[in-house]
Amino acid sequence: MKSAAKTRASRKRVASNRVALLVFVMPAFILFTVFMTLPIFASVYYSLFSWDGIGKMLFVGARNYVHLIFQNFDDFYTTLKNSLIFAGMSVFIQLPIALVLALVLSSGVKGENFFRTVYFIPVVISSVIIGVLFLKVYNPDYGLLNTFLKDLGLAKWQRAWLGDTKTALVAAFAPLIWQYVGYHMLLLYSAIKQIPQEYNEAAKLDGATELQAALRIKIPLIVPMLEVCVIFAVIGSLKIFDLVYVLTGNGQPFNSTRVPTGLMYTQLFQHDMYGMGTTTAMFIVLECFVFTVVIQRAFKSWRAKV
Amino acid sequence: MGSKNWSLPRSIGRSITFLALCVVAAIQIYPLIWMILFSFKSNPEIFGGNILGLPQKWLWSNYRTALETAKIGVYFFNSVKVSFFSIILSIVTALMVSYAIARMDWKFKRKTLNYFLLGMMIPGQAILVPLYMLALRMGLINTHLILVLMYSVFALPTSIYIFVSFLEGIPREMEESAFMDGASVYRTFLQIIVPLIAPAVGTIVILNFLGVWNEFLFAFIFVDKESLRTIPVGLQSLNGRYFTNWGPIGAGMVVATMPTLLIYLIFSRQIQKGMVVGAVKG
Repeated sequence: MKSAAKTRASRKRVASNRVALLVFVMPAFILFTVFMTLPIFASVYYSLFSWDGIGKMLFVGARNYVHLIFQNFDDFYTTLKNSLIFAGMSVFIQLPIALVLALVLSSGVKGENFFRTVYFIPVVISSVIIGVLFLKVYNPDYGLLNTFLKDLGLAKWQRAWLGDTKTALVAAFAPLIWQYVGYHMLLLYSAIKQIPQEYNEAAKLDGATELQAALRIKIPLIVPMLEVCVIFAVIGSLKIFDLVYVLTGNGQPFNSTRVPTGLMYTQLFQHDMYGMGTTTAMFIVLECFVFTVVIQRAFKSWRAKV
Repeated sequence: MGSKNWSLPRSIGRSITFLALCVVAAIQIYPLIWMILFSFKSNPEIFGGNILGLPQKWLWSNYRTALETAKIGVYFFNSVKVSFFSIILSIVTALMVSYAIARMDWKFKRKTLNYFLLGMMIPGQAILVPLYMLALRMGLINTHLILVLMYSVFALPTSIYIFVSFLEGIPREMEESAFMDGASVYRTFLQIIVPLIAPAVGTIVILNFLGVWNEFLFAFIFVDKESLRTIPVGLQSLNGRYFTNWGPIGAGMVVATMPTLLIYLIFSRQIQKGMVVGAVKG
């Protein structure tokens, strides 16, 4: 009906309309460049200075970085340790739980959709709300946890969860698992669901148990998604702020639970250290980048071996 | 399906599994239920009388206190306003750029797409300070405008990614017949593409909303003025001040989370799908 020539001509009309191109592209491009790209370069720049935000900027080169990374400025090491512990717990506690849930839910149990939907609910709730809520859950006298333990006859297990430096960090981590286990479970579940049915059926015919099918077939086939989950879990833990800030008041007790982004916040808005604060920020960004690359490499070499 | 021998251990295993799943579900929901319950309780009940049970008296006045005295109503309105405008700005600009990438022929097409997609990997910390300085210089601290601008930019990468994928799946014949009839690029875009892309827009709106509604770090730093705060910042300020008024704080939290919860429960399928797609690319 439409001749080939006419089609080509109309396609050209779209393609060669330079003005239209600019109109369509420029708004997003300008917004993105001004609010995303340029600030990144500015951050790198600021991190090389000592600056209180108002007065003169004093160039110090790499001194901020040296102070921070090699001289434990502001007790940076504690925050770093905390974020790494969170990352470790995310990968070795949260992900296995998410994986088990994903495997179980994708194996045709009753209520699959219901459970999947319910487990994801905490993901859509604001970290601030979760922080305020768990502050109350952990309240030593009136909180959900200690009351629950008391009613179960386990009163001896009661603690001042967030007040005791021995339990504070783990207590701060629990809501994090609670919030995101559904997210990781969903990702893994989707990956498992993409495995062609023939694989599962073949395994069943060979007499494999559910467990064997899971270990030998499903898990190896969802390794790419596992990689995604590990990266998200680690990076999310390294840059965490909201939950820890609200739940622990940015690091109480005694800054024992402070995390790098919390440290950055303190440096910027309580000590007016805009140079050093940016340095801390840059460290976090670099840290995320390095871990991403390392994790990707690790998975790649693991895949090569298998 | 299933093995030839429907043995007892197997069905016990299934029941145990189901039970375990129910326990996990209870753990995932119960803190929220507890929150809803204590939002209706009076202080005597919360602080000793009735910590775990249903409220003996349902104190709707807690909600009144939260909305008016504790200003949750104001914060709620602020969040709605910021969400609304940032979502619109984000979708309009993203859609336009995506159309140009998916449909027009130009030299830097691929590079531009990758440029935006790189944004997915940038943590807020990398841009916080310069943006703060910029906002300070432009007098945009404690305005909603700066939040709207920043939030719309944060949403660009995922939106563009999803729009481009979606657009590439729409056959070109649609626009071609419009061009035959002499329509301009703009008309074609508005009258043909925009209606067709509605499903993708729906998903993006919801995902953006969830992100913006719950955002804390930037809102906390850029807008501290009480009358302009968004809900997360407002709740945190209550956390410090009304520390012992659990009832109204609970009411505030329930009000704050109702929109995201309801939207999630209604659109759960779409949201789950969108989250997975966004994750795979990021």
